[in-house]
Amino acid sequence: MVADVKMTSTGRRAIPENPALRLSIAGIRLPVWNKIWLILALLIAVVMPFLVEDFSVFQMTQALIFAMAILGLNLLTGFNGQFSLGHSAFFGIGAYTTAIMMGHYDIAFYWTVIPAGVVCLVAGFLFGLPALRLEGLYLALATFALATAMPQILKYNHFEEFTGGVQGIDLDKPKSPVAFMTDDQFLYFVVLLIAVFLFICAWNLVRGRTGRAMIAIRDNPIAAQTMGVNNAVYKSLTFGVSALYTGVAGSMSAIIIQFVAPDSFTFLLAVTFLVGLVVGGVASIPGAIFGGIFVLLIPNFSEWVADLTGRTDAKGLSWAVYGAFLILAVYVMPAGAAGFVRKLTAKLARGN
Amino acid sequence: MNRVSANPSAASSSGQPLLQVSDVAVHFGGIIALDGVSFDVKQGSILGLIGPNGAGKTTLFNCLSRLYIPNSGDIRFAGQSILSTAPHKIANTGIGRTFQNLALFATMSVLDNVMVGGHSQSSSDFLSNALRLPWVKTEEDGLADTAWDLIEYLDLMDEAYTPVADLPFGTQKRVELARALASKPKLLLLDEPAGGLNHDEVDGLGSLIKQIRDDRGITVLLVEHHMSLVMAVSDHVVAIDFGRKIGEGTPSEVQQNPEVIRAYLGTSD
Ligand SMILES: Nc1ncnc2c1ncn2[C@@H]1O[C@H](COP(=O)(O)OP(=O)(O)O)[C@@H](O)[C@H]1O
Ligand SMILES: [Mg+2]
Repeated sequence: MVADVKMTSTGRRAIPENPALRLSIAGIRLPVWNKIWLILALLIAVVMPFLVEDFSVFQMTQALIFAMAILGLNLLTGFNGQFSLGHSAFFGIGAYTTAIMMGHYDIAFYWTVIPAGVVCLVAGFLFGLPALRLEGLYLALATFALATAMPQILKYNHFEEFTGGVQGIDLDKPKSPVAFMTDDQFLYFVVLLIAVFLFICAWNLVRGRTGRAMIAIRDNPIAAQTMGVNNAVYKSLTFGVSALYTGVAGSMSAIIIQFVAPDSFTFLLAVTFLVGLVVGGVASIPGAIFGGIFVLLIPNFSEWVADLTGRTDAKGLSWAVYGAFLILAVYVMPAGAAGFVRKLTAKLARGN
Repeated sequence: MNRVSANPSAASSSGQPLLQVSDVAVHFGGIIALDGVSFDVKQGSILGLIGPNGAGKTTLFNCLSRLYIPNSGDIRFAGQSILSTAPHKIANTGIGRTFQNLALFATMSVLDNVMVGGHSQSSSDFLSNALRLPWVKTEEDGLADTAWDLIEYLDLMDEAYTPVADLPFGTQKRVELARALASKPKLLLLDEPAGGLNHDEVDGLGSLIKQIRDDRGITVLLVEHHMSLVMAVSDHVVAIDFGRKIGEGTPSEVQQNPEVIRAYLGTSD
């Protein structure tokens, strides 16, 4: 029997405590460790931008944006079991919604984030409806088609008045209204705030009734339905919410880069999200942060490594280095960074 | 043969059967899985449905949970036809089930599996969950409370936080039962619950099924191969073979039914 028990709110039955929560490392229990890491991460996130140069702040902002997009994909693929190779399209729709509002209608950047999210929510939901009929590889194929079509749609000359065609849209950089922050620092904190909010929402979502239904559909759709889960509604809404997350990320990316063009939203971007998802950890919320950092840093790092050789074909070589890193990451951490941390924690706790 | 009353307005009267299966036929291409099966299940009874492998028992269960639509015939639950009810609304009407080959949510803990069983008893949505609105906590507490009751009832306390994939088969079967009970069913469909269990476990299962009926007033439709179990717990037994009803009555009547004996001798090992 489990020794440690606590009473329910009603006090009538003893509920055993989750034994995983009673494990400890260095005399500190795991839930306390989790809090320590969370506070440390937030502290670093808040202090870092004041310690590094503006370009690094910009890169941190980009990593956060990737993390949000990957989190969106994770809700769909990791938690609900629906594949998408098309999330670059939602990222693009979010970016263009913001760019059109800012560039053509002079709307302040902060008013464009929610509309970008809502447009993507609707787009994702509508795409999710017909996708209900598709499973596994067929869904992957349909979303791939979406990813390849998006740049062409954005270039289409009848939409050019809005989208700027091949040229895209140039935007003005929002100015920092805070005296002690540079523009880059200010934008970083805006993105951080939105990211923290979206991560908390996702955390709540997957731990509640909705998240259980999402995971149930992934694990056994027929049983889920028999338990009363409306699979069609949950799957298409998850598609919508996933697109919303990725769309908000796209919107923020348009703001910080101050430019959108069709070829920024190709299939390659969708694959980047998928890489971040797998490397960070499938069905892990903190994993999306690892994923965001990985997909931002490793290509740059690969380029740097390739440049070291001093060869003229360094560009091509950098992709090879990137590939090597990817294989290494998946080999060393088959369950992603999150799974790796989980395993390591379990090992350390058992060693106690 | 016992015909179903054609008067649906009598549904609420206590004499009305809880479940009325009438003339249900199911074809899969050329295969006739069910060929006009009819029987009633009385409120508060345990009905044993027996028949050799491939007789069509699971197919009938799948019709009752609306995974299949019968080619003809009708299924009435509490006087209402369920044929036009969406599959995900069956739990809400009061029909719960377990599966012959286990259909658990493998990565989820026992507790979460049982809480999904309470899905039809709850209503919070994406937005209220994401923002954790105040009433969500009340609902979650209620779901958890029901789940813990059932976890205790089915002796799963020590495994509550374990992912079900890591549990032995017999324990997984109890999780499925707990999950089905979490939807607070009026009618519980058990598809070969004794399959894969050892002797002691089967004995325990028999008393558990009776207990579920007696403690909770749940009507039980039990599909089982294990003859001694069916005969021990059932008030009434229906035997089918090749999709047709071949006998019906009390356990001892059915055991002496020559057609039933022939069906079992003809196919059994
Ligand atoms: N989805 C299906 N497609 C085709 N044939 C099926 C399907 N489900 C069941 N059957 C067939 O229907 C018959 C009855 O099966 P089943 O209901 O599983 O029998 P039981 O549960 O009594 O062993 C079998 O011949 C089986 O092969
Ligand atoms: Mg069967």
